[in-house]
Amino acid sequence: MKVTIDGQSIDVEPGTTILQAARMIGGDLVPPAMCYYSKLKGSGGKCRCCLVEVSKGSEADPRPMPKLMASCVTGCMDGMEVNSKSSDRVTEARKSVTEFLLINHPLDCPVCDQAGECDLQNLSFEHGNPKSRFIEEKRTFEPEDIGPNIQLHMNRCILCQRCVQVADQLTDNRVHGVLDRGDHANISTGISKAIDNEFSGNMIDVCPVGALTDKTFRFKSRVWFNKPYNAHRECTTPGCCGKTTVWMFGGEIQRVTGRKDEYHEVEEFICNSCRFDHKNVNDWVIEGPREFEKDSVINQNNYTQKLEKVEIATEKNILLGRDEDRKKISMAEIPLNTNNKIS
Amino acid sequence: MSQKILLDKINIPGIKTYEVYRQNGGYTSVEKALKTLTPDEVTEEVKKSGLRGRGGAGFPAGMKWSFIDKKSGKPRHLVCNADESEPGTFKDRYLMEFIPHLLIEGMITSSFALGANLSYIYIRGEYMWVYKILERAIAEAKAAGWLGKNILGSGFDLELHVHCGAGAYICGEETALIESLEGKRGNPRIKPPFPAVSGLWANPTVVNNVETIATVPWIINNSGDDYAKIGIGRSTGTKLISASGHIKNPGVYEIELGLSVDEFMNSDEYLGGMSSSRPLKAFVPGGSSVPILPAELIFKTANGEDRLMTYESLSDGGFATGSMLGSGGFIVYNDTACVVRNTWNFARFYHHESCGQCTPCREGTGWLEKILWRIENGQGREEDIELLWSIQSKIEGNTICPLGDAASWPVAAAIRHFRDEFEYHVRFPEKIKNRDHFVAEPFSQVKHLVGRQTV
Repeated sequence: MKVTIDGQSIDVEPGTTILQAARMIGGDLVPPAMCYYSKLKGSGGKCRCCLVEVSKGSEADPRPMPKLMASCVTGCMDGMEVNSKSSDRVTEARKSVTEFLLINHPLDCPVCDQAGECDLQNLSFEHGNPKSRFIEEKRTFEPEDIGPNIQLHMNRCILCQRCVQVADQLTDNRVHGVLDRGDHANISTGISKAIDNEFSGNMIDVCPVGALTDKTFRFKSRVWFNKPYNAHRECTTPGCCGKTTVWMFGGEIQRVTGRKDEYHEVEEFICNSCRFDHKNVNDWVIEGPREFEKDSVINQNNYTQKLEKVEIATEKNILLGRDEDRKKISMAEIPLNTNNKIS
Repeated sequence: MSQKILLDKINIPGIKTYEVYRQNGGYTSVEKALKTLTPDEVTEEVKKSGLRGRGGAGFPAGMKWSFIDKKSGKPRHLVCNADESEPGTFKDRYLMEFIPHLLIEGMITSSFALGANLSYIYIRGEYMWVYKILERAIAEAKAAGWLGKNILGSGFDLELHVHCGAGAYICGEETALIESLEGKRGNPRIKPPFPAVSGLWANPTVVNNVETIATVPWIINNSGDDYAKIGIGRSTGTKLISASGHIKNPGVYEIELGLSVDEFMNSDEYLGGMSSSRPLKAFVPGGSSVPILPAELIFKTANGEDRLMTYESLSDGGFATGSMLGSGGFIVYNDTACVVRNTWNFARFYHHESCGQCTPCREGTGWLEKILWRIENGQGREEDIELLWSIQSKIEGNTICPLGDAASWPVAAAIRHFRDEFEYHVRFPEKIKNRDHFVAEPFSQVKHLVGRQTV
């Protein structure tokens, strides 16, 4: 079957979705996808980021589709013509979805462990509006402890439900799901510290935002200060391939993740033992540095490019009077400096 | 006096019970269908009748039935959508509460036409007493041999169950209803596949509204052609309208489609005009999801024709000057009503009922509600009106199911037709601080304040 996306044609098997066909072509025309995950059954269709315009339904029925279609769940037809990046309607729709995703998002990237490898950051970098039109109070959730390894930050969640599908398809017993509805829908276990499964850590890898992060890596480092290496070990957990990416800072392994491809999907799922319990270099056979995208934020720490020291002109003045201020804000009972008592 | 099809026998004492219903000609359509007709002939009659789905979208019921996948050999199901949750609509409740056997008769005949041996009535959880009425009616029908194995010796088996929802508007969307019936969270499915191919438990399924199914017995007892004679053009037959608001006689009415809105509103047989001397301001013809229309577009369409109670006439002029028949929730407002408050109330409903699956609806409905709340409470900004317009246009058409559209249409229509009222709320917060601000001083008296100034 022949499909044309933004003027580029490709032959695909029946049953291929538009998004898959676009990924086969590659490049700029690939629609962004926040909820679709090729390795999870039933994912996709929810976030509406990948909307495309079908300008010609098929050879048999050339009528255009009136609505924008979610490319991740719309199958290709022979002779179909699709506009992705080239359509203003699509660009507008992506902008709106980005705006909707961001209105209740806490925008706490400076303290978020996902920053630097976050799909929502990439999406808003491309389609976001620097100025928000949302002046209302953001919707927030109470913090919830879902287990010893995974940190849940519900405020950041975009409800792609990938983690629910991971639990359904990888683990034998799903203990979390979506509770409530509307903008108060949230991922929850209902029972504190309930997630305890050997493959639960993959929820972290599939999470497109910082809603599920690794507790063993929490606040240790920004991801772009780490160097990713491909590594493997003999893993005894049934079903685990043992092939991972280890994220190193100097000689220390700070984080272990699955190997992610250019669409941030893991090649193979790994077990919790590999992910959380083996942080020693001796546990791993390091294969070599992992390739990463040229334009990714991780590349900003690339030693091969010359980095110039950033100087902020006002820096000196900012520090002026700092010691005075510190005295003012310290508690009188605990003197900052015993030689210089404040009365 | 127009012809009554559904409410014909509703005033017979004891029609709720099987004996009285049977004595008054009940279940004859089942006898006729099972003994003399083939399933395809039943479908053909319904197709000929031109009966359109009464749940809101108005899709021809016979056509929907003919789409069902009979080749795959999988068991087929008929599901009756009794999850009537649209604000302003209460016709199905009336039908099920007072003449439950009519629905059951329709279910049997329709299931026979579709070849369904396991059918369900999905009723909303708030209708618990109606659920009990239906349960009792099913037990009576079963005892009389209308349900179960080998009905009337025809070899047709049917099990009919009533399933109670748990209080979600979204479960009235057919795929969400199916999900809920399967015991899952009531999230709409992504279409295709359509339920006619893969619905309940991945089997071919037809989902129809209560009123649609309750009409089937009459069509079989008489004929599809007889039914098609009632009404005008593609709007055939009769329709239940649940009328509410500032009118003299609110309630459920059965009208022949093609009746003029003027006659429906003002004749004593129907609504009997406004409830007080206050003039008509606006109306919503088909439940909260359809666009609101201002007084000047109610009785006449934009090009001066009489507006009729039909699918076509009510949507005449598109969304610019028309609305939709929808599910028949006829809400009338006089000039004490505040359109902004009404729109906020609808937006609050959709915010509460959005399932949270897809982004535009989950985030957008809440945003709409918050802005409308601010405007209604005197904290609006001039740019909020443009913002509302922009948000609704971004929700519409980008969602999985029609709830997103339903949330954005009332907002769009309110701004389109009553923009000056929004401006009044923004510019004169002192005047609108009381809830009843239009009672003492209706908008027509202060309209000049927000009119275009000529210097």
